[in-house]
Amino acid sequence: MYKNQEVLDYTVSSKDAPADQYTWPKEGDYVIPDWVYTSQSVYDREVERIFKGKTWNFVALEAEIPSPGDYKRSYVGPIPVVVTRAEDGSIHVFENRCAHRGAEFCRTPMGNAREFVCPYHQWSYDLKGNLQGIPFKRGVNKQGGMPRDFRNEDHGLLKLRVTTRHGVVFASYSSEVEPIEEYLTPEILKDFDVVFPGKPLKILGYYKNELPCNWKMYHENLKDPYHATLLHSFLVVFGLLVAGNESAMIADPVHYRHGTMASAKKDDKYASVSPETKKEMRSFHDGLRLLDDRFLDFVKEFDSPWSVTMQTIWPNLVVQREMNTLGVRHIVPNGPHSLLMIWTMFGYEDDTPEMVRHRLRQGNLMGPAGFLGLEDNEAMKFVQEGVRRSSTDLNIVKLDADNIGTSNSLISEAAIRGMYRYYRSVMGF
Amino acid sequence: MDEPPMDTAMTTLQINGYVPSRLDPRRAAELRPEVEHFNIEYCAVLDSGQVEDWPRFFTEDCIYRITARENAQLGLPVGLVYAEGRMMLQDRAVAIARTQMFAPRTMVHILGPARVLAEEGTDILAQCNFILLQTLVEGPTTLHLAGTYYDRLRRTAEGLLLQERQVIYESSIIANDLVYPV
Repeated sequence: MYKNQEVLDYTVSSKDAPADQYTWPKEGDYVIPDWVYTSQSVYDREVERIFKGKTWNFVALEAEIPSPGDYKRSYVGPIPVVVTRAEDGSIHVFENRCAHRGAEFCRTPMGNAREFVCPYHQWSYDLKGNLQGIPFKRGVNKQGGMPRDFRNEDHGLLKLRVTTRHGVVFASYSSEVEPIEEYLTPEILKDFDVVFPGKPLKILGYYKNELPCNWKMYHENLKDPYHATLLHSFLVVFGLLVAGNESAMIADPVHYRHGTMASAKKDDKYASVSPETKKEMRSFHDGLRLLDDRFLDFVKEFDSPWSVTMQTIWPNLVVQREMNTLGVRHIVPNGPHSLLMIWTMFGYEDDTPEMVRHRLRQGNLMGPAGFLGLEDNEAMKFVQEGVRRSSTDLNIVKLDADNIGTSNSLISEAAIRGMYRYYRSVMGF
Repeated sequence: MDEPPMDTAMTTLQINGYVPSRLDPRRAAELRPEVEHFNIEYCAVLDSGQVEDWPRFFTEDCIYRITARENAQLGLPVGLVYAEGRMMLQDRAVAIARTQMFAPRTMVHILGPARVLAEEGTDILAQCNFILLQTLVEGPTTLHLAGTYYDRLRRTAEGLLLQERQVIYESSIIANDLVYPV
């Protein structure tokens, strides 16, 4: 893997100090200090206060575990969990750690089981995570075994709270977190429910990659509409997204932690670009055309003004609707300098075979080899390397400076500023 | 000729499990150098960075897909790259060569021997294991992907061409991204 193959693999010590030694720079909302991306101690606090805090973490789609006994390995933050469907149809999430000696007992990505048996000493658990059986609990020949007062019910797997919204499964360590609808807010639910209207999903497959960058950068990248017309030369070269397109960056109005980056494609496949816009975009080429542009067809299957919505659901989910390519991206933080990204691509059960093929063709835009996806990954790697090893230590987020949260302009960092205002309140910075 | 039907995993080939060769060993030995020559040239083009020259190894209405073993095992159709027809490959090649932003890198394919499984009319069914090494600026050379080509090669007026290539990789987690074709 990537992380252990780095050559220049170190962080300057000033950027890897204990979290309680840091104070936020005086410029407040308008800067982000490098140490939020590089300090192990800050990362550890994030796991405690964010991923294990008052949040709902994405863990699975119900379509992945449709039948009783179905299970899937997953993560809450960096913590390995198992998602199951019990005999009564209820969904359960528990840590993938045997209560006895800590073995990560579930090794298969997904499957169907009647119980989980830890291979080490064969302690067994039911589909709800309750401890069922311990071999030789009473010893052999009246010798050994557990103490008389050992109660199985005190030694189950660590269970999380579970909720669902239209087939999307979330888990939480918090007993105080609000109901999922309130958590997401109506402004975010609106576009979430476009992708997840409650009709059955059809899983089309998975991508998995490791991004050598801090997990927050992935949120920021999708709260940063500024980069889309500049970095993504494919969009620009083929005139698919230009600074003049109708678009919005919507932040949840309560905490600014969730976001929807939205744009509406013009009916023409190739946009016309005004000379002054063109001047600002170095990579624009007039006249470059695709030989086979079927994959840019947009089948209007949704009741929404937007052709593209990229939703960041705090703290670990991205919901992708890039025209007809649908997917969720599960962010698994992996230390301050790395994240694991698990992509689940899907359509709907009632898709025609031709619609499935259209979604697959359009899938070339996204994912670790996608025309857009790979550029994001490259850019975020560059940023992580930059912040780890450089001698300066501030990032500037001043675009659209009078605004925070939602913005009507693509040339804005208002949503990133909003996210960090919330982050600082949770993290105590 | 009539195309063999695509199954729901978007392939006409069996991309999982052991498929015994249906050929007489002497016939397989006769075809192997031809298939290997094809694969070596294919990889030489990619390793030299001439990505825009890569689509010429495919037929007009080819299928090309790169996907993880996990998807192949579950019969799931998604592709890291999924292309129907040489035109889509050409678009990808042009996009990579002329428009995409990524750190400079070189790639080296190491091929195993070709397995020749069957002849079906003008088609040859073959497989080949590969290792793909990647080198970034000031980075070590890393094992980027390991996997198997599952191929349907077709004899045409232009010589042997790929009617279908399924690139199934074992590496479950891609290091950041996959820029060039495999």
